[in-house]
Amino acid sequence: MGHALTTEQAAARTLFYQADEHDHEAGGSTLLGFWIYLMSDCLIFAVLFATYGVVGGNYAAGPGPKDLFDLSLVALNTSMLLLSSMTYGFAMLSSYRNKVAATQVWLVVTGLFGAAFLGIELYEFAHMIHEGATPQRSAFLSAFFTLVGTHGLHVTFGIVWLITLMVQIGKHGLNKANARRLACLSLFWHFLDVIWIGVFTFVYLMGMLR
Amino acid sequence: MKLRLRSLAVLPLCAALSACDMVVLNPAGDVAAQQRDLLVTSTWLMLLIIVPVMALTVIFAWRYRHNNREARYEPDWHHSMRLELVIWSMPLLIIICLGALTWLGSHLLDPYRPLDRIAPGKEIPEDTRTLQIEVVALDWKWLFIYPQYGVATVNEMTVPVNQPLSLRITASSVMNTFYAPHLAGMIYAMPSMETRLHGVLNSPGESEGFSANYSGAGFSGMKFKMRSVSDNEFQRWVGMTRAAQQSLTRDAYLQLAKPSEREPVRYFSAVDRQLFDAIVGMCVEPGKMCTHDMMAIDERGGLGMAGIYNVARRSGDQPRAVFGADHSHVIGICAAPVVRTFEDDLLPQVDRSPLRGAGLPRPAPSRSGSLLADAVDSSSAR
Amino acid sequence: MMQAELPVLDPIFGRLSLAALPLHEPILVATFVAVAIGGIALLAGVTRYQLWGYLWREWITTIDHKRIGIMYMILGIIMLLRGFADAVMMRLQQMMAFGGSEGYLNAHHYDQIFTAHGVIMIFFVAMPLVTGLMNYIVPLQIGARDVAFPFLNNFSFWMTTAGAILVMFSLFVGEFARTGWLAYPPLSGIQYSPDVGVDYYIWALQIAGVGTLLSGVNLLATIIKMRAPGMTLMKMPVFTWTSLCTNVLIVAAFPVLTAVLVLLSLDRYVGTNFFTNDFGGNPMMYVNLIWIWGHPEVYILILPLFGVYSEVTSTFCGKKLFGYSSMVYATVVITILSYIVWLHHFFTMGSGASVNSFFGITTMIISIPTGAKIFNWLFTMYRGRIRFELPMMWTVAFMLTFVIGGMTGVLLAVPPADFVLHNSLFLIAHFHNVIIGGVLFGLFAGINYWFPKAFGFKLDRFWGLVSFWFWVIGFWVAFTPLYVLGLMGVTRRLRYFEDPSLQIWFQIAAVGAGLIAIGIGAMLIQFYVSIRKRNELRDTTGDPWDGRTLEWSTSSPPPAYNFAFTPIIHDGDAWWDMKQRGYQRPLSGFRAILMPANTGAGFVLAALSTAFGFAMVWYMWWLAIASFIGIVGFTIYHTFNYKREFHLPLEYVVHAEEERSRQLATVRS
Repeated sequence: MGHALTTEQAAARTLFYQADEHDHEAGGSTLLGFWIYLMSDCLIFAVLFATYGVVGGNYAAGPGPKDLFDLSLVALNTSMLLLSSMTYGFAMLSSYRNKVAATQVWLVVTGLFGAAFLGIELYEFAHMIHEGATPQRSAFLSAFFTLVGTHGLHVTFGIVWLITLMVQIGKHGLNKANARRLACLSLFWHFLDVIWIGVFTFVYLMGMLR
Repeated sequence: MKLRLRSLAVLPLCAALSACDMVVLNPAGDVAAQQRDLLVTSTWLMLLIIVPVMALTVIFAWRYRHNNREARYEPDWHHSMRLELVIWSMPLLIIICLGALTWLGSHLLDPYRPLDRIAPGKEIPEDTRTLQIEVVALDWKWLFIYPQYGVATVNEMTVPVNQPLSLRITASSVMNTFYAPHLAGMIYAMPSMETRLHGVLNSPGESEGFSANYSGAGFSGMKFKMRSVSDNEFQRWVGMTRAAQQSLTRDAYLQLAKPSEREPVRYFSAVDRQLFDAIVGMCVEPGKMCTHDMMAIDERGGLGMAGIYNVARRSGDQPRAVFGADHSHVIGICAAPVVRTFEDDLLPQVDRSPLRGAGLPRPAPSRSGSLLADAVDSSSAR
Repeated sequence: MMQAELPVLDPIFGRLSLAALPLHEPILVATFVAVAIGGIALLAGVTRYQLWGYLWREWITTIDHKRIGIMYMILGIIMLLRGFADAVMMRLQQMMAFGGSEGYLNAHHYDQIFTAHGVIMIFFVAMPLVTGLMNYIVPLQIGARDVAFPFLNNFSFWMTTAGAILVMFSLFVGEFARTGWLAYPPLSGIQYSPDVGVDYYIWALQIAGVGTLLSGVNLLATIIKMRAPGMTLMKMPVFTWTSLCTNVLIVAAFPVLTAVLVLLSLDRYVGTNFFTNDFGGNPMMYVNLIWIWGHPEVYILILPLFGVYSEVTSTFCGKKLFGYSSMVYATVVITILSYIVWLHHFFTMGSGASVNSFFGITTMIISIPTGAKIFNWLFTMYRGRIRFELPMMWTVAFMLTFVIGGMTGVLLAVPPADFVLHNSLFLIAHFHNVIIGGVLFGLFAGINYWFPKAFGFKLDRFWGLVSFWFWVIGFWVAFTPLYVLGLMGVTRRLRYFEDPSLQIWFQIAAVGAGLIAIGIGAMLIQFYVSIRKRNELRDTTGDPWDGRTLEWSTSSPPPAYNFAFTPIIHDGDAWWDMKQRGYQRPLSGFRAILMPANTGAGFVLAALSTAFGFAMVWYMWWLAIASFIGIVGFTIYHTFNYKREFHLPLEYVVHAEEERSRQLATVRS
């Protein structure tokens, strides 16, 4: 190396263990881990999008997007989800200020918006199936129902999680673990929002242009 | 006693080696031979690096063994820029050569590319007519349709020697692979899709072809006889086939398509002219919409809500998904029937000049040597 | 539109009936009897010696990464025996079925065997063994006390086991898939495979896949977040580096498998049309998607073993690894490239020449970093002092074997050559050459190398040598004939042959399988003998090979908390550096250590998942719904448990460290 080490540097060089160590609490890696999980979930959606891209034009001489989609309904639906993301943001802000009641209220609002989103989506599905445009009718419909349905399933689990978390916050307040869970659910919820924007653009808007 | 045992053990090996017919390394067709050449060249190229590595492994392992105290020991030597350069650039150089070979070989030996020669140095004579064969992989047998002659066979493909062949390949139900090792390598046979293969056989003889992709219970017996014969004999063979009792109507095809194993060779004297296209279109059964019609309709946005009910339940109790709909199909609607003529000019004309880079001037077509050599020559000449 | 009438299903048993038991297959009945007797004996033994409590407390519910690692290894070895039994049956069948004879296996049975062999060897042998090794070693190498999510780790293991159990069920209840290990549609669709085989395949892989994915997330977070202070990325041991890359690949590849299997199961259960022939489905999409997972999967398996070879070479040559940074870059390059080569698995599908050559050339490019790695090991040996202990012998055998497999692999990457070799026995020989010669040899090197760390005594050398020679020679005897047969134009998955000149090669291959069987037997004997002679083979130093990385700085086996004090790292070969510069083991100043607490939640969830998978296979809807609700409900219940950690008492730590001092003293005296 050529240059002499100072005594402190030399001491640091021969320090082989941390004598004065604090507890490594669990949860330090949770957000990173959850991010990684979300990225893997993102890949599942990537595959479903790709599948839709490949077979989305195969109507099997049946109906296409223009015959089936009702854009105003979808716009309403999209706004429900976007609003729910916003209200989740308010819940997070309240939780930073440690306001349990406000957090809970915002979570309820988020959950209601989410439920409204699901309700509209289920209505859309039921309507299509009632008209005979079932997932079995063509590869396009298979891919459509699977992509949108998988997103819907995620929202459903998000709501189940949200309710669970509300009970837990009710029981234990905004302790460290709950704050962490709130942050994870927040990532999850916004992630679903981002995916929905993809669905809205790629499936609905471009479907109408197709 | 010991000696005898040993020789007993060695004997079958010798017998095996001498008897074994490495068809991949010694094929009867020009395309397969070029594929073999590429295989062999690449092997040599790689041995250039593999052999030294293996030798060095053994040498180092021996020389630097623990109890050889004479060998140098440098426990902290772990980096050498020069050596690193060598160990990255050596494989790189070989891969560059191999990559160039791959690029050329893939294009020149593309199974979709019509042939431009019959054998090394032997151009295709002007008056030669490419023999068209339509191949269908059925459960579990092969159907060959000769559209130019209006005949068909099961499990036998007879072709004249030195005549370019153009195969259109599909399957009736599941994925198979058409493989006749002497001809030109393999290609998947897939339902509702068509793949192509071009090849030629350069010597008369009989060999075996088969499916190389597992396709169900009868897969192991899914073999066909591949015969290459002289022109005259081929004409005789066609005449013989034309005299066969059965003809391949759509009904006869549907009967034939039912699963069966180890079918004997069979001949059909006449063939429904649009049968192959109907098979590719999955619409041999009457009333079913062909996939190409369906694709054309879908291209225009589908049939709308009315199209939903344009389906019919299929007869027979085919298995179906437990929460699915009954087995059904889309009903054909007054679409124009598939009309095809079986003329050579349907095929794209091949550019027979050697490959060249984009924007480079077109070289004069060369008349001799292998295609690969041509391409390499012409590129290195510049 | 079409009114669907459901087929008649029993409300309780779904489509499961007595007919599903393979009573007409004598081989299976005999196997079942043997398994049943063995199982009953095992259960009786555990009850007799009152081990249930011990097993539950110390193993089933454990969240200790070391014990989970060991359980993964045991699972892998048990499943290896099953997968190998399949291999032997195939070799016997192909050896016998000539000249009009159809051998002893009918198509129904044989076709299940080759499918099960592939699925088991990849998912339930190679994956658990590799995951087990990473689980055990990585936290020790980075100076951590456990993985980032210890509960998830336990859950992952039990999910993998649940998948293996489903596959084993299929042996005796119903059947396994008859499709080949990747279950290409339309053959694997409901129309051509209406039976339960493909459903077993789907659910076994889905359940095990959850385990694999979560374990990937877990190890990734562990490596990124939990390295000891001073361990920068470029000071990580190579095995940790390769594990990092492998887990990146797992996280980025397994979701694709999950998704594509979901689509296949929708086709099979709901009648959608993703991969069907009608209604616009596209089977080629399945082939593409499954290989987008499948090719990275190959590297998921091999990369950690590249790490093992690096550790082993460096340790037994008594040298720093040659070209550490180029090794790391090579690993990263392989990781990235492994995503853009998948199409080389189906050049013969008729993509154009440009597409084929693109994927062919990217495949070849992978051989450059791989070649660089081989050179790095080679020059680590150069001017070293090579001790030919078992791990090093496996490494040299690997280097000599793997280069041949690599060469044939590059050959197959040349599309025109692939046109004559695709799906042939040449291909089979190639991938066994890299998977046995690369993955398995590496695992054996790793097992022999780290066994003393895990159990406190070395493995017996004599039986290790027997196993080594029979494996290596057996491998070549078994697979050289397949290369030859491939050049003779023989393709895979055939049940009988006509050409009598082929038979001799299949006979030689069967002899090779016999040699490998002896190799496996010798390995089991090696374990047994080593346990018997454990006092002679005892390692009291914790560092039996004069190792270089951190795992050798603790006792063998390491205490529950791994390190009483978190180490500080100054050099890539951290432990070597510590030894060189006079590191003194701390003897006082211990503290109570915060550790994760055991939990049975992973086991319960995996058991419920097994029930769910079984119910879905057999259409037992009530059970499927009940177990699904159980899974969701239990998960929610589990989240209400906030007390997941406890302090390992100071006395425990002091006692363990004093024990270690005593052991070290026996060495010095």
